[in-house]
Amino acid sequence: MLENIPVLSCILLAPLVGALLVLLLPKQQGSWHRVTALVFSVIPLVLTLWLFASYQTATGGAPYTEHFTWLSIPLSRDLGQDISSMLVNFDYHLSIDGISLPLLLLTSVVSVMAAIASVHVRKRWKMYYALFLLLETGMYGVFLARDLVLFFIFFELTLIPMFFLIGVWGYFAREKAANRFLVYNGLGSAAMLLAFLILIATAGFTAVQGTDGVQIAYSGSYDVLLNNIADPNAYANMDPSQTGDAGLHLSEGLKNWAFVLLLIAFGIKIPIFPFHTWMLRVHTEAPPPVVMIHSGVLLKMGVYGLIRFAAFLLPAQLEDWSTTLAVLGVINILYGAVLACVQKEFKLVLAYSSVSHMGIVLLGIASLNEIGLQGAIYQSVSHGLISALLFLIVGTLYERTGTTQIDELGGLAKSMPFLSGILLTAGMASLGLPGLSGFVGEFLSFLGLFGSMKWLTAIGVLGVLLAAVYVLRSVLGITFGPIPDRWTDIKDARFVEAVPMIALTALIVLLGVFPSVMTDMMQQGFNGLLEQIQQRAGG
Amino acid sequence: MEQIATLTWSDAWYLAPEITLSAFAVVLALLDLFAPKSWNRNFVGWLAIVGLAAAAGFVAWLMLDFQHAGDNPQVHELLGGSYRVDDFGNLLKLLFLGSSAFIVLASLGSVRTADVPIKGEFYYLMLPAALGAMVMASSGDLITLFVGLELLSITTYILVGSRKRSGVSSEAAFKYLVTGGVASAFILYGMSFLYGIAGTTNVGLIREHLGPMVTDYRALMYVSFFLMIAGFAMKVALAPFHAWAADVYQGAPTPVTSFLAVVSKGAAFAMLYRIFMNIVIFIQDDPRVHDDLYLALAVPAAAAMIVGTAGALRQQNLKRLLALSGVANAGILMIPLALQVTLLHASAFSEFFYYLLAYAFMNIGAFAVLTVVSRHSGNESLSAFAGLYHRAPWTAAAMTVLLCSLAGLPVTGGFFGKLFILFGTVQTRAYWLAAILLVTTVVSYAVYFGIIRQMYLRSGDEDGGLRIPGPAAAAIWISVAATLALGFFPKPVLGWIDSFFAVRVDFWVS
Repeated sequence: MLENIPVLSCILLAPLVGALLVLLLPKQQGSWHRVTALVFSVIPLVLTLWLFASYQTATGGAPYTEHFTWLSIPLSRDLGQDISSMLVNFDYHLSIDGISLPLLLLTSVVSVMAAIASVHVRKRWKMYYALFLLLETGMYGVFLARDLVLFFIFFELTLIPMFFLIGVWGYFAREKAANRFLVYNGLGSAAMLLAFLILIATAGFTAVQGTDGVQIAYSGSYDVLLNNIADPNAYANMDPSQTGDAGLHLSEGLKNWAFVLLLIAFGIKIPIFPFHTWMLRVHTEAPPPVVMIHSGVLLKMGVYGLIRFAAFLLPAQLEDWSTTLAVLGVINILYGAVLACVQKEFKLVLAYSSVSHMGIVLLGIASLNEIGLQGAIYQSVSHGLISALLFLIVGTLYERTGTTQIDELGGLAKSMPFLSGILLTAGMASLGLPGLSGFVGEFLSFLGLFGSMKWLTAIGVLGVLLAAVYVLRSVLGITFGPIPDRWTDIKDARFVEAVPMIALTALIVLLGVFPSVMTDMMQQGFNGLLEQIQQRAGG
Repeated sequence: MEQIATLTWSDAWYLAPEITLSAFAVVLALLDLFAPKSWNRNFVGWLAIVGLAAAAGFVAWLMLDFQHAGDNPQVHELLGGSYRVDDFGNLLKLLFLGSSAFIVLASLGSVRTADVPIKGEFYYLMLPAALGAMVMASSGDLITLFVGLELLSITTYILVGSRKRSGVSSEAAFKYLVTGGVASAFILYGMSFLYGIAGTTNVGLIREHLGPMVTDYRALMYVSFFLMIAGFAMKVALAPFHAWAADVYQGAPTPVTSFLAVVSKGAAFAMLYRIFMNIVIFIQDDPRVHDDLYLALAVPAAAAMIVGTAGALRQQNLKRLLALSGVANAGILMIPLALQVTLLHASAFSEFFYYLLAYAFMNIGAFAVLTVVSRHSGNESLSAFAGLYHRAPWTAAAMTVLLCSLAGLPVTGGFFGKLFILFGTVQTRAYWLAAILLVTTVVSYAVYFGIIRQMYLRSGDEDGGLRIPGPAAAAIWISVAATLALGFFPKPVLGWIDSFFAVRVDFWVS
């Protein structure tokens, strides 16, 4: 029934349509805006669930792919005699595979839950929901786009709504956080754009002999780049003496530069130590539903970008840099875990715990094998769900107590048993209790890395021990112990708050118990990359 | 000895845009003189728009005429090659005329008589200024180019000083006169060396004569090049020759400021392109000249991007801020020319023109918003924009789009303009220029989002809506629409440029 409609475009555009609709609704009707935002967030969720159910690992994303030329820009008419056209092509190319589909599903789930959690937003609903939906479109675009420029545009598109969402609806130091966010991520985007353009100007180059001359084109298409980099006869791999001074050769040095630029670009997003300071501020200052999106999805855009572009396009560089990546990952794990142990603000505990957990993702990528890479994606999805749940709880808690300082809270299990139960579950998932999703991701990542770098793995596992310390310290500090008088009368979570909590918890349990719902499709997604790496090792 | 060529009646058709504009200027001057004092001078403004539009119509007609003539792009030379009607000139003329018309439109109803007592002059002086820009875009002779430059400069000196009772404005006019005079002197001095070596003022002939003389006269040639580059750098406000810009922009009436930022700057670039593309392209025996000239053009461009952006960071006055952003943008506009003189890069003009187009729209729009907002709050500082979202949400939204374009965020004209220029730098492996462009762009986020922060995150002092005159609103929204259209559909515009413009025919004076 859905075969003939462009599903991916529908996912991408539904929130955008919703944003326009919200803008047209009258200003006073807060509930209309909320319902519209929710409906237009649910549409992509339904569609991604359908994709997930009907996805065949054998055919991959091919049946859903949408591809046509968006921009075909003539560079110049006056060329040599034998050249008939010279174009720059940027495509509108959407596709999915085993790597992007789980992240797409994560995006749609977290978006819907965050939309529900936005009930606590008290001012300027109209603009809030419009920006929220715009942000969703940006995120879907990032995971769907298969053209470098298109990817970049969506990546940038998430910046503007995030800036406003932090700056207008955040807590006390919101403006500083918003500026920090903008500048750091702006620098990341700049590095990414430079790397992309280097790749397009070399590996994106194709020349086809036509009837009236050679047709020259620079393409931003991911597929074209992938083919050209792997093809020894492509211009990018030719010796510079054969191509003249046209500057088409993608030398090893240039590849290294591109890889480092991509590592910086996505490293800021992930974030890799020492680029993490902006993300701490966002965690503490942004409104909780926005942090759900930020911690749940936006950080994963960095992981996805690193795998999709740095790893797949430059596998040799990934191999050369894998030890560095693993060391960075271990630093992230330990630095985040140690600092999480000493924080007094619960939101900061969670922020540092995110740094630590994203370090595990890096280990998975650095392992360069199927298990580790699956672990990286699995850990991303799992951490997305868990941190979304945790910040949902934080938001609910803050509504009632007006504070998230661990010292000031305590004994909430008595007045809010339901919320405390969910918090405990989320905490257990975060510290990697078997049977919950966090365990699977961490286990796969460490297992993957253990084959190649035993010592680093061993040090990294220390982080998991520390996770138990900081999670138990903060979660138990909030839920157990003596309850201060002023918290005795507060009410437990309302129905509208409980629904997303239950949904997220259910997903965390599901992924913990049946990892194969995702690992199978991921396996297929990584086949190409692993073949390349093995070929290089063999040859 | 060449014969002095004279104009014939058949040439009049090719000069129709210029003739229309001068005729309108004269008629409007007389009308303004004889019309009763009690009349509102807005009618002069409307007639000026009609004149500009008519001239633009003729330009478009000529372009289509050339295009229909066949596959080979055509040019028409007048007066022995000293004036050329070609598509390089035509495209830029369209941009200058359109921008001027928009600027007049934006100022209708928002320029107050109390502020500018000579409103009639204010409107009709835009016409000779635009005429000067047109001459600069389509001359093939150093002398004609210089005449165009002076026509533009002198009229803008007057326009800058048109807020007669304001001390700031008089100061600005004086500074502009002095620096502009110095710049013209530099350019003229540089040209004189060129004439001395080549023995002719025709740009095409200079190119032919210069080729064989490179080795003998390298030093003199470089003196000439560097003097001209310095002069033009002053005219377009490239660092380190930009110091006048902030003062002059601040003192001038806002519509004149946007005229300086868009038309004057664009025209000086047009002249720079015409001279350097012609002279440099055939010095092929000596790659050193290309490398040196590339550096001579690229270094001020890089300096302008850095200095302009850094200066704008701490600027509280919005006109000064936009002046410094104009300095940074001048640096960006210089990059394609710098790349083109290396001869490795073929598509620089499209990139330059596309960014100039995007730059024109975002600047005219931003200055129009600034005119309206500062008129309401009585000052031009950043705080005038405080809480604009609450007072005028649609205007705030329009300004947001324009600022995003200035910052180079997708999906706007500014984004694609910068993307193409950046792609050019990567193609020619000028990675240092690419890095400077990218880093300054990111830093400029802080500048432009500072304004956005005022609009959305601060509450203003006064309540009550903002009244926006109809013509100004039209100018703002057309700019916004064009900025977005350039962002979503860059292909038609670039295809359109390509369909008219051909390097071989349109640049080079034969």
